[in-house]
Amino acid sequence: MNWQALANPARFKRLSDRLLPWFAGGAALCLAVGLYLGLVASPPDYQQGDSVRIMYVHVPAAWMAMFVYANLAVAAAASLVWRHPLADVAGRAMAPIGAAFTFLCLATGSLWGKPMWGTWWVWDARLTSVLILFFVYIAYMALNSAFDDDTRGARSSAILALVGAINLPIIKFSVDWWNTLHQPASVSRLDGPSIHASMLTPLLLMAVGFTLLFFALALVRMRAGLIERRLAALSYTRSADAGVASFR
Amino acid sequence: MKLPKARAARRRRLAVLLLAGLGLGTAAALTLTAFDDHLVFFHTPSDIADKKVPLDRQMRIGGLVEVGSLERVQGTAEVRFRVTDLEHAVPVAYVGVLPDLFREGQGVVANGKLAADGTFRAREVLARHDENYMPPEVAEALKRSGRWNETMGAGTAPPAGPPPAPATQR
Repeated sequence: MNWQALANPARFKRLSDRLLPWFAGGAALCLAVGLYLGLVASPPDYQQGDSVRIMYVHVPAAWMAMFVYANLAVAAAASLVWRHPLADVAGRAMAPIGAAFTFLCLATGSLWGKPMWGTWWVWDARLTSVLILFFVYIAYMALNSAFDDDTRGARSSAILALVGAINLPIIKFSVDWWNTLHQPASVSRLDGPSIHASMLTPLLLMAVGFTLLFFALALVRMRAGLIERRLAALSYTRSADAGVASFR
Repeated sequence: MKLPKARAARRRRLAVLLLAGLGLGTAAALTLTAFDDHLVFFHTPSDIADKKVPLDRQMRIGGLVEVGSLERVQGTAEVRFRVTDLEHAVPVAYVGVLPDLFREGQGVVANGKLAADGTFRAREVLARHDENYMPPEVAEALKRSGRWNETMGAGTAPPAGPPPAPATQR
Protein backbone atom coordinates (compact mmCIF):
# COMPACT_ATOMS: atom_id res chain seq x y z
CA MET A 1 0.00 0.00 0.00
CA ASN A 2 1.23 3.43 -0.89
CA TRP A 3 1.48 5.45 2.31
CA GLN A 4 0.44 8.59 0.48
CA ALA A 5 -2.94 6.98 -0.06
CA LEU A 6 -3.45 7.36 3.69
CA ALA A 7 -2.91 11.07 3.37
CA ASN A 8 -6.12 11.35 1.39
CA PRO A 9 -8.61 12.80 3.93
CA ALA A 10 -11.49 10.53 2.83
CA ARG A 11 -9.35 7.40 3.10
CA PHE A 12 -7.97 8.65 6.39
CA LYS A 13 -11.50 8.99 7.72
CA ARG A 14 -12.45 5.47 6.63
CA LEU A 15 -9.31 3.98 8.15
CA SER A 16 -9.69 5.90 11.39
CA ASP A 17 -13.34 4.78 11.62
CA ARG A 18 -12.13 1.21 11.68
CA LEU A 19 -9.12 1.74 14.01
CA LEU A 20 -10.59 4.09 16.59
CA PRO A 21 -12.72 1.55 18.56
CA TRP A 22 -9.75 -0.82 18.80
CA PHE A 23 -7.42 1.90 20.06
CA ALA A 24 -9.94 3.28 22.54
CA GLY A 25 -11.04 -0.15 23.79
CA GLY A 26 -7.47 -1.43 24.05
CA ALA A 27 -6.42 1.69 25.95
CA ALA A 28 -9.29 1.34 28.45
CA LEU A 29 -8.51 -2.35 29.01
CA CYS A 30 -4.72 -1.93 29.37
CA LEU A 31 -5.04 1.09 31.66
CA ALA A 32 -7.65 -0.58 33.87
CA VAL A 33 -5.62 -3.78 34.29
CA GLY A 34 -2.35 -1.86 34.50
CA LEU A 35 -3.64 0.50 37.19
CA TYR A 36 -5.07 -2.39 39.21
CA LEU A 37 -1.83 -4.37 39.01
CA GLY A 38 0.30 -1.31 39.65
CA LEU A 39 -1.64 0.33 42.46
CA VAL A 40 -3.07 -2.73 44.20
CA ALA A 41 -1.67 -6.10 43.18
CA SER A 42 2.04 -5.40 42.72
CA PRO A 43 4.45 -5.63 45.67
CA PRO A 44 5.97 -2.57 47.37
CA ASP A 45 9.61 -1.78 46.61
CA TYR A 46 12.32 -3.02 48.97
CA GLN A 47 13.58 0.53 49.40
CA GLN A 48 10.78 2.90 48.53
CA GLY A 49 7.82 0.96 49.88
CA ASP A 50 4.48 1.99 48.39
CA SER A 51 5.84 5.25 46.95
CA VAL A 52 7.17 3.19 44.07
CA ARG A 53 3.61 2.98 42.72
CA ILE A 54 3.98 6.52 41.35
CA MET A 55 6.35 4.89 38.85
CA TYR A 56 3.45 3.17 37.05
CA VAL A 57 2.14 6.57 35.94
CA HIS A 58 5.33 8.62 35.94
CA VAL A 59 7.54 6.42 33.76
CA PRO A 60 4.99 5.65 30.99
CA ALA A 61 4.07 9.36 30.94
CA ALA A 62 7.76 10.21 30.45
CA TRP A 63 8.06 7.68 27.63
CA MET A 64 4.94 9.12 25.99
CA ALA A 65 6.26 12.68 26.31
CA MET A 66 9.19 11.61 24.14
CA PHE A 67 7.29 9.22 21.85
CA VAL A 68 4.66 11.84 21.02
CA TYR A 69 7.43 14.34 20.33
CA ALA A 70 9.13 11.90 17.95
CA ASN A 71 5.80 11.58 16.10
CA LEU A 72 5.46 15.36 16.07
CA ALA A 73 8.92 15.69 14.55
CA VAL A 74 8.09 13.14 11.82
CA ALA A 75 4.86 15.02 11.03
CA ALA A 76 6.85 18.27 10.93
CA ALA A 77 9.37 16.81 8.47
CA ALA A 78 6.53 15.48 6.29
CA SER A 79 4.86 18.87 6.44
CA LEU A 80 8.01 20.71 5.35
CA VAL A 81 9.09 18.30 2.60
CA TRP A 82 5.80 17.03 1.16
CA ARG A 83 3.70 20.03 2.17
CA HIS A 84 0.79 17.73 2.89
CA PRO A 85 -2.07 19.30 4.85
CA LEU A 86 -2.69 16.06 6.78
CA ALA A 87 0.81 16.37 8.31
CA ASP A 88 -0.06 19.87 9.54
CA VAL A 89 -3.32 18.59 10.99
CA ALA A 90 -1.44 15.71 12.67
CA GLY A 91 1.11 18.05 14.24
CA ARG A 92 -1.56 20.36 15.57
CA ALA A 93 -3.51 17.37 16.91
CA MET A 94 -0.56 15.74 18.69
CA ALA A 95 1.11 18.73 20.37
CA PRO A 96 -1.39 19.27 23.23
CA ILE A 97 -1.47 15.52 23.94
CA GLY A 98 2.31 15.45 24.20
CA ALA A 99 2.32 18.53 26.40
CA ALA A 100 -0.24 16.88 28.68
CA PHE A 101 1.89 13.73 29.02
CA THR A 102 4.97 15.87 29.73
CA PHE A 103 3.07 17.78 32.39
CA LEU A 104 1.86 14.51 33.93
CA CYS A 105 5.45 13.27 33.97
CA LEU A 106 6.74 16.45 35.65
CA ALA A 107 3.91 16.60 38.19
CA THR A 108 4.11 12.94 39.23
CA GLY A 109 7.91 13.17 39.28
CA SER A 110 7.70 16.11 41.64
CA LEU A 111 5.28 14.23 43.92
CA TRP A 112 7.65 11.27 43.89
CA GLY A 113 10.75 13.37 44.46
CA LYS A 114 9.53 14.97 47.68
CA PRO A 115 9.23 11.79 49.77
CA MET A 116 12.14 9.91 48.17
CA TRP A 117 14.80 12.47 47.36
CA GLY A 118 13.63 15.08 49.83
CA THR A 119 12.84 17.78 47.27
CA TRP A 120 10.07 18.70 44.83
CA TRP A 121 12.46 19.88 42.19
CA VAL A 122 16.18 20.10 41.38
CA TRP A 123 17.89 21.59 38.36
CA ASP A 124 19.70 18.44 37.29
CA ALA A 125 20.19 17.54 33.63
CA ARG A 126 17.28 15.08 33.40
CA LEU A 127 14.65 17.25 35.07
CA THR A 128 15.76 20.40 33.27
CA SER A 129 15.78 18.77 29.82
CA VAL A 130 12.25 17.42 30.35
CA LEU A 131 11.07 20.87 31.46
CA ILE A 132 12.57 22.25 28.24
CA LEU A 133 10.60 19.61 26.30
CA PHE A 134 7.42 20.91 27.97
CA PHE A 135 8.27 24.48 26.96
CA VAL A 136 9.00 23.39 23.38
CA TYR A 137 5.52 21.83 23.19
CA ILE A 138 4.00 25.08 24.48
CA ALA A 139 6.07 27.14 22.04
CA TYR A 140 5.00 24.84 19.18
CA MET A 141 1.33 25.39 20.00
CA ALA A 142 1.79 29.15 20.40
CA LEU A 143 3.73 29.53 17.15
CA ASN A 144 1.31 27.27 15.29
CA SER A 145 -1.61 29.56 16.05
CA ALA A 146 0.30 32.85 15.95
CA PHE A 147 -0.34 33.53 12.24
CA ASP A 148 -3.56 34.49 10.48
CA ASP A 149 -2.47 32.21 7.68
CA ASP A 150 -2.62 28.61 8.96
CA THR A 151 -0.05 27.39 6.44
CA ARG A 152 2.56 29.86 7.68
CA GLY A 153 1.85 28.85 11.27
CA ALA A 154 2.23 25.18 10.35
CA ARG A 155 5.49 25.84 8.50
CA SER A 156 7.17 27.87 11.27
CA SER A 157 6.06 25.54 14.04
CA ALA A 158 7.28 22.53 12.01
CA ILE A 159 10.77 24.06 11.90
CA LEU A 160 10.60 24.63 15.66
CA ALA A 161 9.51 21.01 16.18
CA LEU A 162 12.48 19.72 14.18
CA VAL A 163 14.98 21.92 16.01
CA GLY A 164 13.49 20.79 19.32
CA ALA A 165 14.00 17.14 18.37
CA ILE A 166 17.66 17.53 19.37
CA ASN A 167 16.36 17.50 22.94
CA LEU A 168 15.17 13.87 22.71
CA PRO A 169 18.61 12.18 22.82
CA ILE A 170 19.68 14.72 25.46
CA ILE A 171 16.76 13.68 27.71
CA LYS A 172 17.41 9.99 27.13
CA PHE A 173 21.16 10.06 27.79
CA SER A 174 21.28 12.92 30.33
CA VAL A 175 21.45 10.41 33.18
CA ASP A 176 24.40 8.60 31.56
CA TRP A 177 26.38 11.60 30.32
CA TRP A 178 26.25 13.68 33.46
CA ASN A 179 25.82 12.90 37.12
CA THR A 180 22.28 13.71 38.11
CA LEU A 181 20.00 13.26 41.09
CA HIS A 182 17.71 11.23 38.83
CA GLN A 183 18.69 7.57 38.61
CA PRO A 184 19.72 5.93 35.30
CA ALA A 185 17.37 3.95 33.04
CA SER A 186 15.79 0.80 34.47
CA VAL A 187 14.05 -0.73 31.47
CA SER A 188 15.87 0.17 28.24
CA ARG A 189 19.31 -1.10 29.23
CA LEU A 190 21.78 -3.25 27.35
CA ASP A 191 21.80 -5.87 30.11
CA GLY A 192 18.02 -6.12 30.42
CA PRO A 193 15.57 -4.41 32.74
CA SER A 194 16.54 -3.98 36.38
CA ILE A 195 12.93 -4.16 37.51
CA HIS A 196 11.44 -7.30 39.00
CA ALA A 197 8.91 -9.01 36.70
CA SER A 198 6.04 -8.39 39.15
CA MET A 199 6.64 -4.65 38.72
CA LEU A 200 7.66 -4.68 35.07
CA THR A 201 4.35 -6.22 33.91
CA PRO A 202 2.08 -3.40 35.17
CA LEU A 203 4.63 -0.84 33.98
CA LEU A 204 4.60 -2.18 30.41
CA LEU A 205 0.79 -2.57 30.45
CA MET A 206 0.48 1.10 31.43
CA ALA A 207 2.90 2.04 28.65
CA VAL A 208 0.87 0.11 26.04
CA GLY A 209 -2.32 1.67 27.45
CA PHE A 210 -0.92 5.21 27.22
CA THR A 211 0.30 4.53 23.66
CA LEU A 212 -3.14 3.32 22.54
CA LEU A 213 -4.75 6.26 24.35
CA PHE A 214 -2.45 8.61 22.46
CA PHE A 215 -3.36 7.01 19.12
CA ALA A 216 -7.08 7.23 19.92
CA LEU A 217 -6.89 10.87 21.06
CA ALA A 218 -4.71 11.85 18.11
CA LEU A 219 -7.13 10.25 15.63
CA VAL A 220 -10.12 12.02 17.16
CA ARG A 221 -8.29 15.35 17.17
CA MET A 222 -7.05 14.87 13.61
CA ARG A 223 -10.59 14.16 12.39
CA ALA A 224 -11.81 17.27 14.18
CA GLY A 225 -8.92 19.21 12.62
CA LEU A 226 -9.84 18.03 9.12
CA ILE A 227 -13.49 19.02 9.64
CA GLU A 228 -12.36 22.42 10.94
CA ARG A 229 -10.29 22.96 7.81
CA ARG A 230 -13.22 22.11 5.55
CA LEU A 231 -15.49 24.37 7.55
CA ALA A 232 -13.01 27.23 7.29
CA ALA A 233 -12.68 26.65 3.53
CA LEU A 234 -16.46 26.53 3.13
CA SER A 235 -17.20 29.66 5.13
CA TYR A 236 -14.38 31.40 3.26
CA THR A 237 -15.93 30.64 -0.13
CA ARG A 238 -19.40 31.52 1.17
CA SER A 239 -18.31 34.86 2.60
CA ALA A 240 -16.41 35.50 -0.62
CA ASP A 241 -19.62 34.79 -2.58
CA ALA A 242 -21.62 37.00 -0.24
CA GLY A 243 -19.03 39.72 -0.61
CA VAL A 244 -19.29 39.55 -4.36
CA ALA A 245 -23.10 39.52 -4.17
CA SER A 246 -23.31 42.61 -1.96
CA PHE A 247 -20.81 44.36 -4.15
CA ARG A 248 -23.08 43.84 -7.08
CA MET B 1 -0.88 16.01 -11.08
CA LYS B 2 2.79 15.51 -10.43
CA LEU B 3 5.07 17.73 -12.39
CA PRO B 4 8.75 16.83 -12.47
CA LYS B 5 9.29 20.36 -11.16
CA ALA B 6 7.28 19.63 -8.02
CA ARG B 7 9.29 16.47 -7.48
CA ALA B 8 12.54 18.38 -7.87
CA ALA B 9 11.33 20.95 -5.35
CA ARG B 10 10.44 18.18 -2.91
CA ARG B 11 13.86 16.62 -3.29
CA ARG B 12 15.47 20.00 -2.76
CA ARG B 13 13.46 20.63 0.40
CA LEU B 14 14.39 17.18 1.71
CA ALA B 15 18.08 17.88 1.02
CA VAL B 16 17.91 21.26 2.77
CA LEU B 17 16.17 19.62 5.73
CA LEU B 18 18.77 16.86 6.03
CA LEU B 19 21.61 19.34 5.68
CA ALA B 20 20.10 21.61 8.35
CA GLY B 21 19.62 18.58 10.59
CA LEU B 22 23.24 17.57 10.11
CA GLY B 23 24.43 21.09 10.94
CA LEU B 24 22.21 21.35 13.98
CA GLY B 25 23.26 17.90 15.18
CA THR B 26 26.93 18.77 14.84
CA ALA B 27 26.45 22.05 16.67
CA ALA B 28 24.59 20.33 19.49
CA ALA B 29 27.18 17.55 19.74
CA LEU B 30 30.00 20.11 19.95
CA THR B 31 28.17 22.12 22.60
CA LEU B 32 27.46 19.03 24.68
CA THR B 33 31.07 17.89 24.37
CA ALA B 34 32.17 21.33 25.55
CA PHE B 35 29.84 21.05 28.57
CA ASP B 36 31.16 17.60 29.37
CA ASP B 37 32.49 17.80 32.90
CA HIS B 38 31.03 21.18 33.72
CA LEU B 39 27.40 20.18 33.51
CA VAL B 40 27.38 18.22 36.74
CA PHE B 41 24.75 18.20 39.41
CA PHE B 42 27.23 17.29 42.12
CA HIS B 43 30.95 16.86 42.68
CA THR B 44 32.48 13.73 44.15
CA PRO B 45 34.74 13.60 47.22
CA SER B 46 37.58 12.74 44.82
CA ASP B 47 37.00 16.00 42.93
CA ILE B 48 37.40 17.82 46.23
CA ALA B 49 40.49 15.84 47.24
CA ASP B 50 42.05 16.60 43.84
CA LYS B 51 40.97 20.26 44.21
CA LYS B 52 39.25 20.06 40.82
CA VAL B 53 36.51 22.40 42.04
CA PRO B 54 36.59 25.88 43.57
CA LEU B 55 36.24 25.07 47.26
CA ASP B 56 35.14 28.49 48.51
CA ARG B 57 31.65 28.43 46.99
CA GLN B 58 28.27 26.81 47.44
CA MET B 59 28.34 23.42 45.78
CA ARG B 60 26.84 19.97 45.87
CA ILE B 61 28.76 16.86 46.77
CA GLY B 62 27.47 13.38 46.06
CA GLY B 63 28.43 9.88 47.14
CA LEU B 64 27.53 7.19 49.62
CA VAL B 65 26.95 7.74 53.32
CA GLU B 66 29.91 5.87 54.74
CA VAL B 67 28.78 2.89 56.78
CA GLY B 68 29.38 3.47 60.50
CA SER B 69 30.02 7.20 60.11
CA LEU B 70 26.55 8.51 61.03
CA GLU B 71 26.31 10.22 64.40
CA ARG B 72 23.82 12.61 65.97
CA VAL B 73 25.18 15.46 68.05
CA GLN B 74 23.58 15.17 71.51
CA GLY B 75 21.08 17.86 72.40
CA THR B 76 20.90 19.37 68.90
CA ALA B 77 19.32 18.47 65.57
CA GLU B 78 22.74 18.22 64.02
CA VAL B 79 23.84 15.04 62.27
CA ARG B 80 27.34 14.24 61.12
CA PHE B 81 28.34 11.67 58.58
CA ARG B 82 30.93 11.08 55.90
CA VAL B 83 30.21 11.07 52.19
CA THR B 84 32.46 8.72 50.28
CA ASP B 85 32.97 7.68 46.67
CA LEU B 86 34.95 4.64 47.88
CA GLU B 87 38.20 6.48 47.18
CA HIS B 88 37.98 9.62 49.26
CA ALA B 89 35.58 10.77 51.93
CA VAL B 90 34.36 14.18 53.12
CA PRO B 91 32.91 14.80 56.60
CA VAL B 92 29.50 16.46 56.45
CA ALA B 93 27.57 18.33 59.13
CA TYR B 94 23.86 19.01 58.67
CA VAL B 95 21.07 20.48 60.75
CA GLY B 96 17.58 19.61 59.58
CA VAL B 97 15.21 16.93 58.41
CA LEU B 98 16.68 14.05 56.43
CA PRO B 99 14.74 12.38 53.59
CA ASP B 100 13.13 8.97 54.19
CA LEU B 101 15.67 7.12 52.10
CA PHE B 102 18.62 8.53 54.05
CA ARG B 103 20.61 5.76 55.74
CA GLU B 104 24.15 4.46 55.92
CA GLY B 105 25.30 3.09 52.60
CA GLN B 106 22.73 5.17 50.72
CA GLY B 107 23.58 7.56 47.91
CA VAL B 108 23.12 11.21 48.89
CA VAL B 109 23.66 14.65 47.43
CA ALA B 110 24.45 17.42 49.92
CA ASN B 111 24.24 21.09 49.04
CA GLY B 112 26.39 23.47 51.07
CA LYS B 113 29.84 24.89 51.59
CA LEU B 114 33.18 23.53 52.65
CA ALA B 115 34.23 25.06 56.00
CA ALA B 116 37.82 25.99 56.82
CA ASP B 117 38.23 22.86 58.95
CA GLY B 118 37.45 20.63 55.95
CA THR B 119 33.90 19.83 57.11
CA PHE B 120 31.19 20.23 54.52
CA ARG B 121 28.38 22.31 56.07
CA ALA B 122 25.23 21.15 54.28
CA ARG B 123 22.16 23.32 53.87
CA GLU B 124 20.21 20.53 52.26
CA VAL B 125 20.63 16.77 52.00
CA LEU B 126 18.91 14.81 49.22
CA ALA B 127 18.78 11.04 48.91
CA ARG B 128 19.44 9.21 45.67
CA HIS B 129 18.14 5.79 44.83
CA ASP B 130 19.26 3.44 42.10
CA GLU B 131 17.55 2.00 39.07
CA ASN B 132 16.79 -1.39 40.69
CA TYR B 133 13.21 -2.07 41.67
CA MET B 134 12.16 -5.28 43.41
CA PRO B 135 9.88 -6.57 46.15
CA PRO B 136 11.45 -6.75 49.66
CA GLU B 137 11.40 -10.58 49.59
CA VAL B 138 13.49 -10.64 46.43
CA ALA B 139 16.00 -8.22 47.94
CA GLU B 140 16.20 -10.47 51.02
CA ALA B 141 16.69 -13.57 48.88
CA LEU B 142 19.44 -11.87 46.88
CA LYS B 143 21.21 -10.87 50.08
CA ARG B 144 20.90 -14.40 51.50
CA SER B 145 22.24 -16.03 48.35
CA GLY B 146 25.14 -13.60 48.30
CA ARG B 147 24.29 -12.22 44.88
CA TRP B 148 23.68 -8.77 46.30
CA ASN B 149 25.91 -6.20 44.70
CA GLU B 150 27.56 -4.00 47.36
CA THR B 151 26.45 -0.74 45.86
CA MET B 152 22.91 -1.97 45.10
CA GLY B 153 20.25 0.28 46.42
CA ALA B 154 22.80 2.95 47.09
CA GLY B 155 21.94 5.19 44.21
CA THR B 156 25.35 5.17 42.57
CA ALA B 157 26.12 3.06 39.57
CA PRO B 158 28.69 0.39 40.41
CA PRO B 159 32.05 1.62 39.13
CA ALA B 160 33.29 -0.05 35.98
CA GLY B 161 36.28 -2.35 36.14
CA PRO B 162 37.65 -4.15 39.18
CA PRO B 163 36.00 -3.51 42.55
CA PRO B 164 37.41 -0.42 44.25
CA ALA B 165 39.62 -0.54 47.30
CA PRO B 166 37.93 0.13 50.64
CA ALA B 167 37.48 3.78 51.51
CA THR B 168 40.60 5.36 52.85
CA GLN B 169 40.16 6.81 56.29
CA ARG B 170 41.84 10.06 56.77
